[in-house]
Amino acid sequence: MSEIYKEIQKRILVLDGAMGTMLQQYQFTEADFRGERFKDYPTPLQGNNDLLSLTQPKAIEDIHAKYFAAGADIIETNTFSGTTIAMADYQMENLVYELNYQSAKIAKKVANEFTQKEPHKPRFVAGAIGPTNRTASLSPDVNRPEYRAITFNELRVAYKQQVEALIDGGVDLLLVETIFDTLNAKAALFAIEEVKEERNIKIPIMVSGTITDASGRTLSGQTVEAFLTSVSHIPLFSVGFNCALGAQQLQPYLTRLSRETDFYTSAHPNAGLPNAFGEYEETPKQMQTFIESYLKDDLINIIGGCCGTSPEHIKAIAEVAVKYKPRNTIIPA
Amino acid sequence: MDTNNSKKYLTLSGLEPLVISAESNFVNIGERTNVTGSRKFLRLIKEEKYEEALAVARDQVEGGAQILDVNMDEGMLDGVYAMTTFLNLIASEPDISRIPLMIDSSKWEIIEAGLQVAQGKCVVNSISLKEGEAEFLRQAKLVKRYGAALIVMALDESGQADNYQSRIEICERSYHLLVNKIQFKPQDIIFDPNIFPVATGMEEHRKNALDFFQATKWIRENLPHANVSGGVSNVSFSFRGNNTVREAMHSAFLYHAIQHGMNMGIVNPTMLEIYDQIPKELLDAVEDVLLDRKEDATERLLDIAESVKGNKKESETKVLEWRSFPLQERITHSLVKGIDAFILEDIELARQEANKPIEVIEGNLMIGMNVVGDLFGSGKMFLPQVVKSARVMKKAVAYLQPFIEAEKDGKQEFAGKILMATVKGDVHDIGKNIVSVVLGCNNYEIIDLGVMVPPEKIIETAKRENVDVIGLSGLITPSLDEMVYLSKEMEKNNFSVPLLIGGATTSKAHTSVKIAPNYSNAVVHVNDASRAVTVVGNLLKKDNQVYKNQIREEYDLFREKFLNRSKTKEYISIEQARKRKFKINWETTNIVKPTQLGVQELQDFELTKLEDFIDWSPFFRSWDLHGKYPEILTDTVVGEQATELFADAKVLLAKIFDEKLLKAKAVFGLFPANTIGDDDIEVALSEKEKPLTFLSLRQQLKKREGVPSFALADFIAPKETNIQDYIGAFCVSTGFGTKELAEAFEADHDDYNSIMIKALADRLAEAFAEYLHKEVRINYWGYASNENLSNNDLIKESYKGIRPAPGYPACPDHLEKRTLWKLLNVEKRIGVQLTESLAMWPAASVSGYYFGNGQATYFGLGKITNDQVTDYARRRNIPIEEAYKWLNPNITE
Repeated sequence: MSEIYKEIQKRILVLDGAMGTMLQQYQFTEADFRGERFKDYPTPLQGNNDLLSLTQPKAIEDIHAKYFAAGADIIETNTFSGTTIAMADYQMENLVYELNYQSAKIAKKVANEFTQKEPHKPRFVAGAIGPTNRTASLSPDVNRPEYRAITFNELRVAYKQQVEALIDGGVDLLLVETIFDTLNAKAALFAIEEVKEERNIKIPIMVSGTITDASGRTLSGQTVEAFLTSVSHIPLFSVGFNCALGAQQLQPYLTRLSRETDFYTSAHPNAGLPNAFGEYEETPKQMQTFIESYLKDDLINIIGGCCGTSPEHIKAIAEVAVKYKPRNTIIPA
Repeated sequence: MDTNNSKKYLTLSGLEPLVISAESNFVNIGERTNVTGSRKFLRLIKEEKYEEALAVARDQVEGGAQILDVNMDEGMLDGVYAMTTFLNLIASEPDISRIPLMIDSSKWEIIEAGLQVAQGKCVVNSISLKEGEAEFLRQAKLVKRYGAALIVMALDESGQADNYQSRIEICERSYHLLVNKIQFKPQDIIFDPNIFPVATGMEEHRKNALDFFQATKWIRENLPHANVSGGVSNVSFSFRGNNTVREAMHSAFLYHAIQHGMNMGIVNPTMLEIYDQIPKELLDAVEDVLLDRKEDATERLLDIAESVKGNKKESETKVLEWRSFPLQERITHSLVKGIDAFILEDIELARQEANKPIEVIEGNLMIGMNVVGDLFGSGKMFLPQVVKSARVMKKAVAYLQPFIEAEKDGKQEFAGKILMATVKGDVHDIGKNIVSVVLGCNNYEIIDLGVMVPPEKIIETAKRENVDVIGLSGLITPSLDEMVYLSKEMEKNNFSVPLLIGGATTSKAHTSVKIAPNYSNAVVHVNDASRAVTVVGNLLKKDNQVYKNQIREEYDLFREKFLNRSKTKEYISIEQARKRKFKINWETTNIVKPTQLGVQELQDFELTKLEDFIDWSPFFRSWDLHGKYPEILTDTVVGEQATELFADAKVLLAKIFDEKLLKAKAVFGLFPANTIGDDDIEVALSEKEKPLTFLSLRQQLKKREGVPSFALADFIAPKETNIQDYIGAFCVSTGFGTKELAEAFEADHDDYNSIMIKALADRLAEAFAEYLHKEVRINYWGYASNENLSNNDLIKESYKGIRPAPGYPACPDHLEKRTLWKLLNVEKRIGVQLTESLAMWPAASVSGYYFGNGQATYFGLGKITNDQVTDYARRRNIPIEEAYKWLNPNITE
């Protein structure tokens, strides 16, 4: 059994914060994104954050290290858009394997360094699997509700490729996250099961859905409980929510989720709701207060941050997380 | 709720979860979205009427289905495509997709297609050991990976389990394979241990129900966490046609099956009697059969079945029973069932309870009418029922009106205001009235301008009343041009409201090609009352732009296709067509001189003589009930409604006969005649008078070699043969009195009978024409004096000679009626008038010619080309523009 199963019984595990927010501070130019290797690439590449694992590996490495230093137990690979479907925007479908493999390598290298320094606190890498930019159960065309821009099989094939590369790169877990559309996530889970069977391996899987707004539903319309039911056919390591809402707004849904599942639970909310300029303003201190409320209510096994969070936020979260016992997964009768 | 294995309950999900725990009540699976079980659903899917198919699904959900079974297994369907499309559409309807889906197919690829488009946790229905363990496990493993629960049939390599022992053996074997070999969660397994018919008379079927009960019990006790399901209606298969017995059997079967542990199943809620209300004797007999308690159980149930067959359940006790429901349910019941006996007393109670009388309309009555609207929309109610519901509604509203006015507490809130009119020159309004009633039922305010409405009046009223939709109707072809004119006027006046087009001669083709291009806003062809509600609903939605664009696109595409298609048809010149005329060998033809030449009339004809001549099929069609009489009366879908409608029609017909409510009159004449030129028929009058000429039109569509190009003139001997031939002409009407009767019914808020009287008058007029034709053949002309044909033969037109009518396919030229009127002096003799569009008034009238030649045959003119129109204008002596105006629908593009 992976070491993480032992660790999660001991304490609340801390996940890292935002990658994109941190990268913005570097203010990389088009030329920086391209680097030497892609200087003549036919499409604009600025904004392709996953590509930075190849062209600016040092920056990625540094951000990972900052989160570990702030107290994170698990960091996510820089692979949120690492599928042929999402990479089609940059005509980089052929680079998908390499992007995922290198990102995993970078993250794992940093994790190993920290584990060596602090053997009592082993560090882990979660291979981040994003939702892609297409939805399998919603039509992008209101006039053709029966139309789909992507099929289950196309998603399954794309996810499978990403999963294989992440595992080859050495990740400890897989994190299917920011799930807007449960059907996309089911395709990812299907792909993971195929890889597990073909390679005869076991790997812990984290699933994290997104409640888009105060309706309390996913973008594809499911309630918390329906979402949970739809992804629970696979033995998951954890299930939880991330993105879209701040910690405070997420709490009621997390409460319902936590009550209904005996998988471990996770949350990595945004730093509040964005202001009129799309910026996240919630301070580490404020977020800490909201997260502490989760801990008091015994809702959580894994906690981190999403959009707008920084190593300071993670530090503040880690400070309170250490004071509480992890959620007990045996649901009282 | 369970997610891992701590609490082993079956949980499913659509947009919302469904937990089936030990405490859960029986879970009902909706089964109308199944092409193998519903002919209607099959038709909708085949015709790709997905909107209506979704309505079926929605109705199931609203009717309380907790899981929706979808089956697309039909030989002619692309099952993968149909399943994918339908489930994708369901996904965009949150009110349907909130419940879990059951993906039902015997084909693995269809199941897999369904699983790939459903985000929730579904149920797969079903797999079995039929193809052996390897295939069973392969499929089950995929089902698990897709995240679905699974129905397993009690079926293996050697066939279906049909006794207790084989049922439990197959289920046990399946269970252990699933749970131990591939770690399938036991709570996700649902067994279907086969519900088979009982009381079939076969000895080996005696224990079918009992074995099912006991196998169910055994499964629930020995296979932990597994569930049991089944299709209940199978059990009563041998009592098809006897719903009283079937409903009792279903209830009793369910009662015992649930006791034994069946926790879900496919049950048609409308085919279920309440267990406690099954008469004791029947229940005992049913349970004796189900539980195999007595040697002669089947015989005894059969005996009782005979005695309860056709026992209308509307007995007095039943009536009293619904009278004890709460007030709102009684009002809804009256509206849904169209019963007006108690409505005023219930409405008075509701009024006393309400703060304001208007609330009774907006609350109590609208709640009931919404139920009616939903049932109609989902195909559970039929048009005649809805019109009856409207009658009850109108009575109730009329009763409330004085109270509302006394309080002056404002007006009823309508969903929209709709102007309805039959256009100038046209008098036909049955279809328009039906659409008005149906829309009225759905809370639209209807401004009905009646018949023969000039365009200025429509425009002026629409502006003044600020209407939301304009609906135009017409039956005769000149009405089409009126509609075109009106669409242009609407554009000129900067109208933006949608325009609906309906009526017998209208078509999607005409609407898209001739009307839609004139008006920049929505134009929709609606030829079926049940569609009107959906269309108007969509048009008046707040965010209707999408729908309007969709309609516009659909019509543009249709027009394009239509125009392309018409180009591919080839026509020959009128000259060529005349060379290819239908040739009769006049030398060998026996022409019979009419017994009695000249004009005769029948005033105040005895109506009862017409009853046997009525062709009922079109009567049902006018009520949107499709099928042939008399088979329609026993049709599985509309039979009950057709029977009821037919009974109501007979009642009114008897009243018409007894009280002589309608007057039938006829005028007809027989004349010497010969064809002159190629296409004209000269009719000789008395020696002093100039002859009159009928103009006939000739087919021009290019045909195979040897197939003639017909004109009616071909059936009369040409003048140059010097053979004297004859022609007849007639006009009959049974419409005198219709208007007054209809108005009386309307004053009594009885739209049902107002429409009924018009529909009956139409049928009587046709019957009169049929009757008179027969009299002419046998007596007045006498060319078929020994004819002996049944009514059915008459409907099939097996008689000798024809009676084509101007305005119909063989001679679409309405102007011929003017010649007929002159020839027979119709208006003076019997009072039937022609409108400016040459419609006959009263509407229930028929006029036409008689051709006595044995080779005369009905045909359709089809399209003609410009050369014939020019020639026709010359012969008719009218300006060419006028000829175009009258013949427009029959001229090629």
